[in-house]
Amino acid sequence: MIARPQSNLLAATLAEQGTTILSVWSDRLKKSGALASGRIREAELQTQCRTVLDLLTPAVKDGVDAAQPAFAPLRDFLADLSRSRAVQGFTPSETATFVFSLKQPLFEAVSGTKGADPTDVMRTTWDVTQLVDALGLQTIETFQKSREETIIRQQREIAELSTPVVKLWDGVLALPLIGTLDSQRTQVVMENLLESIVSESAEIAIIDITGVPTVDTLTAQHLLKTVSAARLMGADCIISGIRPQIAQTMVHLGVELNVVSKATLADAFALALKRVGRTVVAVKARELPAS
Amino acid sequence: MAPVTSDRMEVRSSDDVVRVRQQVRARALEVGLSLVDQTKIVTAASELARNMLDYGGGGVATIEVVSDGIRRGLRLVFDDQGPGIADIQLALKDGFTSGGGLGLGLGGAKRLCNEFSIDSKPGEGTRVTCARWK
Ligand SMILES: Nc1ncnc2c1ncn2[C@@H]1O[C@H](COP(=O)(O)OP(=O)(O)O)[C@@H](O)[C@H]1O
Ligand SMILES: [Mg+2]
Repeated sequence: MIARPQSNLLAATLAEQGTTILSVWSDRLKKSGALASGRIREAELQTQCRTVLDLLTPAVKDGVDAAQPAFAPLRDFLADLSRSRAVQGFTPSETATFVFSLKQPLFEAVSGTKGADPTDVMRTTWDVTQLVDALGLQTIETFQKSREETIIRQQREIAELSTPVVKLWDGVLALPLIGTLDSQRTQVVMENLLESIVSESAEIAIIDITGVPTVDTLTAQHLLKTVSAARLMGADCIISGIRPQIAQTMVHLGVELNVVSKATLADAFALALKRVGRTVVAVKARELPAS
Repeated sequence: MAPVTSDRMEVRSSDDVVRVRQQVRARALEVGLSLVDQTKIVTAASELARNMLDYGGGGVATIEVVSDGIRRGLRLVFDDQGPGIADIQLALKDGFTSGGGLGLGLGGAKRLCNEFSIDSKPGEGTRVTCARWK
């Protein structure tokens, strides 16, 4: 901890020149295009700047180590700010610039203090650099973490969204699988299918794997388990969309699914309809001129 | 025969297995492997990375683009410090599993590649190397 009990130039500067620092800082931000993206309004930016200075002023009284408890309110505020910016779609540099651009106004204010000892000015300038760097880095880290959280949440949402069980006809269900099948997601997907088989009293379930990029032995095992569970619930499965390169690879692996498979979902549907005693016929051409 | 490029990837979770597959696919495309060969090497990578995770306690996958002057290819090395494989012949046997799998991964990976070797010492770890040439 870098304590400055003697004279606290930074604390004095912030207390006395707070208004000037605020206006220089927000001007700099505006000039650097902080408002250009339209993601934030001028009044909001102004409030954020003011809040940072309001929290910074009391915090620097006993030192400039940003890890100290005195800085907790400021750290929390910056963390909230970067989280909300991450969600609003700001870039990391826009977010970091918000904090780093505070340096210059602080330097100017410190060095412009009348009658200040040059050594003190230099030392304080160094303190400001370290402090603002620490706060800026923390802001970037929080920003990054929020982005990662957003990505993980979206992945989960996509996983749920991309695995609907669709009813194609009375007694005929389809499960179009998209993406990788070796996460916990597979479990959810397969359970959904089995539940739907029961609730729809389905006779046939088509599992379409056109959108599955890799079928390895784990994926195959999931498919095999699902097929036999479906069978226990009284439904037969058809697997569709096994692309030629996947079929070849499965042969090399030695995997046998022991289930009817069709090249396309359409073929599988046609077969399913036949099994439930239906067929699709062309509407008879109406009043075609005799030729 | 120095590799043209070499990617080193830690495998500690299921997501890492997915990442290894994606990187192998990207490199296979770069090498110019046909769609079938891409699928083969990606599937082999998936098997070996998963074994490393499930049985080797995790490890490191190295993906190398290699060239012998005439052809280019992809060489994959899977290195772990797990319990090792006591009986390699048995482990390669189709249907053999010690963990409730299908027991087709090792043998399958071997069939999917042009070159394949297992180096393992009980108690020290396992290294599986495989390659697919254009
Ligand atoms: N990296 C490894 N470390 C230790 N044992 C392994 C490793 N890889 C494979 N094995 C052993 O070889 C067996 C066969 O592997 P594999 O053919 O992939 O089938 P599965 O993964 O379905 O068990 C495994 O069950 C395991 O006992
Ligand atoms: Mg395996």
